[in-house]
Amino acid sequence: MGHSDLPEAAERLDTPAIGRDEWVATHEQRTEGERRVARLYRRVPPSLRIGVLALLTIPIPFVLSTGDLYNFGLFAVLYALLALGLNVTVGLAGLLDLGYIAFFGFGAYAYAIMASPHYGWHVQSEIAIPIVIGSSALLGLLLGLPSRRLLGDYLAIVTLFFGQAFVFFTGTTNPRGLTGGANGIPDLDPLNFFGIHIATYRAFYWFSLGVFFLVLAGLWSVLRSRTGRAWQALREDPLAAELMGTPVNRLKLLAFSIGASIAGLTGCIYAASAGSVASGSFDVPLLITIYAIVILGGIGSLTGVIVGAFVITVSYEILRPETPGTARVLFYLAIIVGVIAWARPYWRAATILGGTLVFGFVVHAIAGAVSDTATAGSAIEAGRLAGAIESWVVIPADPGRWPEYAYVALIAAALVVSQLRGWWRTIALIPTLYLAAFVWENLLIDQPSVTRLILFGALLMTLMIVRPQGLFGTSRVEIV
Amino acid sequence: MNATGFLRRNGALTLVGLVVLALLAREVRDKGWDVFWQLFVGGVTLGSVYALIALGYSMVYGILKLLNFAHGDVYMIGAFIGYGVITAFGGAAGLSISVWLLLGVVFLVAMVGSGFLGVIIERFAYRPLREAPRIAPLISALGVSFFIQNSALLLFGASFRSYDSYNLGSEDPGLGLPGPLFTTVFSLKTVPVSVATLIVVVGGLLLMIALTQFVGRTALGKAMRATAYDREAAAMMGIDTDRVIASTFFIGSALAGAAGVMFGLVFSQIFHFMGFLAGLKGFTAAVVGGIGSIPGAMVGGLLVGLAETFAAGYLSGNWANLIVFAMLIVVMLVRPTGLFGKQAIQKV
Repeated sequence: MGHSDLPEAAERLDTPAIGRDEWVATHEQRTEGERRVARLYRRVPPSLRIGVLALLTIPIPFVLSTGDLYNFGLFAVLYALLALGLNVTVGLAGLLDLGYIAFFGFGAYAYAIMASPHYGWHVQSEIAIPIVIGSSALLGLLLGLPSRRLLGDYLAIVTLFFGQAFVFFTGTTNPRGLTGGANGIPDLDPLNFFGIHIATYRAFYWFSLGVFFLVLAGLWSVLRSRTGRAWQALREDPLAAELMGTPVNRLKLLAFSIGASIAGLTGCIYAASAGSVASGSFDVPLLITIYAIVILGGIGSLTGVIVGAFVITVSYEILRPETPGTARVLFYLAIIVGVIAWARPYWRAATILGGTLVFGFVVHAIAGAVSDTATAGSAIEAGRLAGAIESWVVIPADPGRWPEYAYVALIAAALVVSQLRGWWRTIALIPTLYLAAFVWENLLIDQPSVTRLILFGALLMTLMIVRPQGLFGTSRVEIV
Repeated sequence: MNATGFLRRNGALTLVGLVVLALLAREVRDKGWDVFWQLFVGGVTLGSVYALIALGYSMVYGILKLLNFAHGDVYMIGAFIGYGVITAFGGAAGLSISVWLLLGVVFLVAMVGSGFLGVIIERFAYRPLREAPRIAPLISALGVSFFIQNSALLLFGASFRSYDSYNLGSEDPGLGLPGPLFTTVFSLKTVPVSVATLIVVVGGLLLMIALTQFVGRTALGKAMRATAYDREAAAMMGIDTDRVIASTFFIGSALAGAAGVMFGLVFSQIFHFMGFLAGLKGFTAAVVGGIGSIPGAMVGGLLVGLAETFAAGYLSGNWANLIVFAMLIVVMLVRPTGLFGKQAIQKV
């Protein structure tokens, strides 16, 4: 380490390091690299951006099969809608709402109760949806009321508990059969506006896309209004905003209930398209997914939400149990792209990639010489890449508990690498990457859904440290 | 303290307490004392576990003002470490050492293991964010929690594991004779109190007393209090706050590890998702007792444990969790400082 640390320490002396504000003071420095791209992007007028987005998204149903359209297309839009709503609460008003999914669930259940054989009410959608939006907003208002009394992260707690209470209420408590208990409510009506039925996945996709663009346009104009500017002021510094005469509490409540009503609306569409609701869908994993979207895209950025939703849904699509081959290609591609993007100068990236390749063949040869069974296993799914992998990654015939140990070792190695600098990091990365390939081939590739959740967790953690503003965010977010 | 002043300040809470007591009395009249004592023993046992979890939450919040969402998962890992040690010594079927020695080893390994896990989490997930806006470590904590939970799912699978403490060290497990851990020590009316229950309750109490003494009497404890009071001022006085924070995480997480083992011993079943709910309840306990207060965490833990078991026993299991959560929300609204907490001064 030693020498490579020195210039960095010298640089630090130049930057103003006044207590806590160092984070803000070094902000410019940290974002320097991307500013040119960002400036270019900002020159594109918003109407053109939305137009391009519409052009890209509207024809999707003609490309995807029906199942894919539901899993991939429709969910991407629903996730994006949810993320838009969360972005209002967290990104604009700076309120950490961990009960957000409960509003989504509330909307879904409210629709399910109003439009299903459960009580035999088959309310038309043009009546049901406004009721749901209104009542979600009201519920958000009620839950947001404590934010006047509860400072800072106490709000996060109350909302987290509200979210959990919702899951228990619908799934276990189920008073008088209101929510159908663990089985939920089946056989929901499709959306039905004035006799026009929206029943196919294509129709649902276009409908939700339309809703998405409406919400997007609405939020975009709200952001530029007096209220939007007040929200931003509130997020930057609530105390200063209050001194300037901004009605802080009212704005917080407004943000809270707008977020809630968007979630409720999304819940309606989700329930109608899925045809049934069950409490398990509204639990923590979905919350983490939506947070991952908002944070990956950049808190407070509308563009970020769209990109985040796209990336996360693509990750769903890739990490599917049915197609380990695609997942594998993308896994190695991600590593290669990641190394090339992060390691500077380029010969260092070349050293890492080349070193890993050579390291792998050496380890494979040694393992093969020591034991016959150590390299006798076969990679999942045949093919040219799988064949190449088999002669590079050690895949034992009977791995036993080794992949699990390797997983723990990989976490440890990643933590060590994160602390190293300069050449030490380059050298340490080589076995770490190989270990990652070993764990991937022997353990993760079999369990894509768990892998995805682990990745989301790791993503939230590392993004907060490496790049808290996400891909598109610029401003800092502070709760006081 | 004069009576009117006390009532004015605590009127709402006193009223709620009286109503709960009245409801409890009615249930006792209807269902008899046997049920009451049974629920009471269960509640106190569970409450001791929650209290230990609450301590870790409370200490970390006191010192960093950070909600360590991963704390419940440290507890889960502690339970799994305990399970691993028991299995390594042969488990209930073929235990190779005496039960008491095993217990000592299990607690030691689980506490040290989870303690170090806590330190690692702090070092890598929270320390880089020490000066960041407040939302950042919270989200990071959420990510850590989710990461640990799903890593456990990946490593241990979704199935339940059993400590099988009923048969642990039993002369003849085949006959269904309980091992030394489930021998009855004494009975409350007709309700037997087993050795395991006593270990949890007394052990929990001892740990808490030890912690109180540690924080109150030792130099490191003093440094912790100073750091919690004002981190920057403490650093200026020459206290190595990073080290103090790391030790806080170690102690808090070790207590959570002990709680995990205790849960395994009494309730036997452990699984990868157990930490989430237990963490929420431990947190409720910390808030009810007053966050940052050690006796508060004890009382809060007992209250939450009792509330949960009484609600499950007298109402129905479906309401238990809701009642615990409602408890938190009500305390948050009526008295955010909890029963024992001091009024916090908002630093801007």
